[in-house]
Amino acid sequence: MMAFEVINGSQAAAIAVQRAGIDLVAAYPITPQTVIVETLADFAAKGELGGEFVSLESEYSALSFCNGASAAGARVFTATASHGLAYMHEMIHWCSGARFPIVMANVNRAIGAPWCLDPDQGDSLSQRDTGWLQIYCSGAQEVFDTILQAFALSEELLLPCMVVFDGFYISHTYEAVDIPEIQDVGKFIGPPSFGAQVIPGEPGNLHGMASAENQQRLVRSRHEAMLRAPALYEEINGRYERLFGRKYGAIDAVMPPGARTAILTAGATAETVRWCLPDLEQTGLIQLRMFRPFPAKQLCAVLETYDIEKVLVVDRNCSIGAGGIFAQELKSALYGLARPPAVHDLILAGGVDLTGALIKNALSKMPLENRSTELWGVE
Amino acid sequence: MAAIEQLTQDFLRTKKLPHIWCPGCGNGIVTAAMVRAFKRAGFEQRDIVIVSGIGCSSRAAGYLNFNTLHTTHGRALSFATGLKMARPELHVFVIMGDGDCSAIGGNHFIHTARRNIDLNAVIVNNHIYGMTGGQHSPLTPSGKKATTAPLGTLERSFDLLELARGAGATFGARGTAAQPRQLEQLMVRGAKHKGFSVIEALSPCPISYGRRNKLGGPVEMLLDIKNKSVPVERASEMSSEELEGKNVTGLIYAYDAPEFSEEYYRMIEQFKDK
Repeated sequence: MMAFEVINGSQAAAIAVQRAGIDLVAAYPITPQTVIVETLADFAAKGELGGEFVSLESEYSALSFCNGASAAGARVFTATASHGLAYMHEMIHWCSGARFPIVMANVNRAIGAPWCLDPDQGDSLSQRDTGWLQIYCSGAQEVFDTILQAFALSEELLLPCMVVFDGFYISHTYEAVDIPEIQDVGKFIGPPSFGAQVIPGEPGNLHGMASAENQQRLVRSRHEAMLRAPALYEEINGRYERLFGRKYGAIDAVMPPGARTAILTAGATAETVRWCLPDLEQTGLIQLRMFRPFPAKQLCAVLETYDIEKVLVVDRNCSIGAGGIFAQELKSALYGLARPPAVHDLILAGGVDLTGALIKNALSKMPLENRSTELWGVE
Repeated sequence: MAAIEQLTQDFLRTKKLPHIWCPGCGNGIVTAAMVRAFKRAGFEQRDIVIVSGIGCSSRAAGYLNFNTLHTTHGRALSFATGLKMARPELHVFVIMGDGDCSAIGGNHFIHTARRNIDLNAVIVNNHIYGMTGGQHSPLTPSGKKATTAPLGTLERSFDLLELARGAGATFGARGTAAQPRQLEQLMVRGAKHKGFSVIEALSPCPISYGRRNKLGGPVEMLLDIKNKSVPVERASEMSSEELEGKNVTGLIYAYDAPEFSEEYYRMIEQFKDK
């Protein structure tokens, strides 16, 4: 049985966590994430969470708490945004190194100074090298489905997974979301079976000092585990589709016949582009969903299959001194390709809204002779 | 020009008004008491710096017409410590909320107290994270409801002034938004005290705290704060049973101890030629 509910992206995340058979939720408020933990607190108060809910004194404590619970073999979840994620940074590395399969929702919001609430992606992208899987969502349904899939992916690979979506555009926007019953979700994901690292009666010292050589072995094993993610994700989505009728890829491409230009983006901006496609000439969409690991092979395959000449990357972020981050990663993925497309970058850093007019304007400023153009959303 | 208008003109960024605080919020009362305290203490505008953290009360930094730093959640005291060490002659006031100061910033709070640096902390205690919509904080009384504690919080709350005293603060006072004149006087005394002064200002949050806990509207909440406050002089004659559920107000403690920035520069002086 499934039921449509009109909910926002934050509620979709919380309901997915409840459906996933969660053991523990660690909470600390921060805009625009707060609705997620509030919804989970409501579940707990009604006795419907199925696990424990604890609110902590900071984001740093929240993720440290998750580490402890995960070491005991529990399925754990936390959610944060912006400065909260930045504050967690040390623990973010630690979760991955310790191989704790924690799932966290990060709701994109700009990082200060100065204070800004708009959905710049710099918060999650600053964590790209921490050994977390990262998946970006373009709507509430996708948030719901991705959270469930994230638990399956994370626990299989023993790597933490960050499910990322835009503040306000997704977190606070209501849409119809198809929500499977909890017993049906149980067919997709059973109780956690990844095993506890802390086992009563089996004393051991976790995560003590390692030599450089052992540290490298551990880094390499994480790297290799992460490289398995795209194929495993496809398999997980195959199972998900059989149960619930929906599937996603590491990238999802929409290529109208004859498209020679592709717009590549991640998050809510992908949904904007999708709606604009009928008004654009010979232009398709590549929605980047998985960012870590970076699906370079899948991207190159799509670009070659459709013989794409130009890519417009929409980056709601900027690595200062280098440009939009998705554009950089794409350029790196194209290395060695016989006929790489030109890569133009529309930077919406600060969390600037993407409009149809901005897309059309950017597409008009990409002459074929240019290999790379940097465009900004605000003149 | 009436005195109050003169104060507004001198010390507030009138272009930034009206403020964004909710109807019935006590932040305006606490901010106004602070402005009057500056005047009464005889401080010049140029010698005052306001540092604030994150939360409803910290928005005051935007309205106060001084050098103001709106900093990060919990770290206002650390920013202020840096500022005071660089310019020890300035009067540095730090505005924080209960969540900001006692949860995420708890570590900085106790270490600022331990150093006894001459900062003036004003903690607006409305018992809740108001800006994010009503989550429980370490100063939410046990049993009171919040969005993250729909059945009531299980945890015990801090006595902020005792926490500060235990950590080494040399001045601790509690006032309320229901008694703004007393609050102003306490702020003046705190400002003139050399060392870390902590002023807790109990303040109503009718929207995010009061509604959920059925505490009435702004007037009822202010009256409740007033009725529960017991002057420290009277409290000394009351039993702990009689003081249950009450808030002791006034100057709770003040004593002299070496002040960090003075000691630091004294040490530099002592060793500079060695």
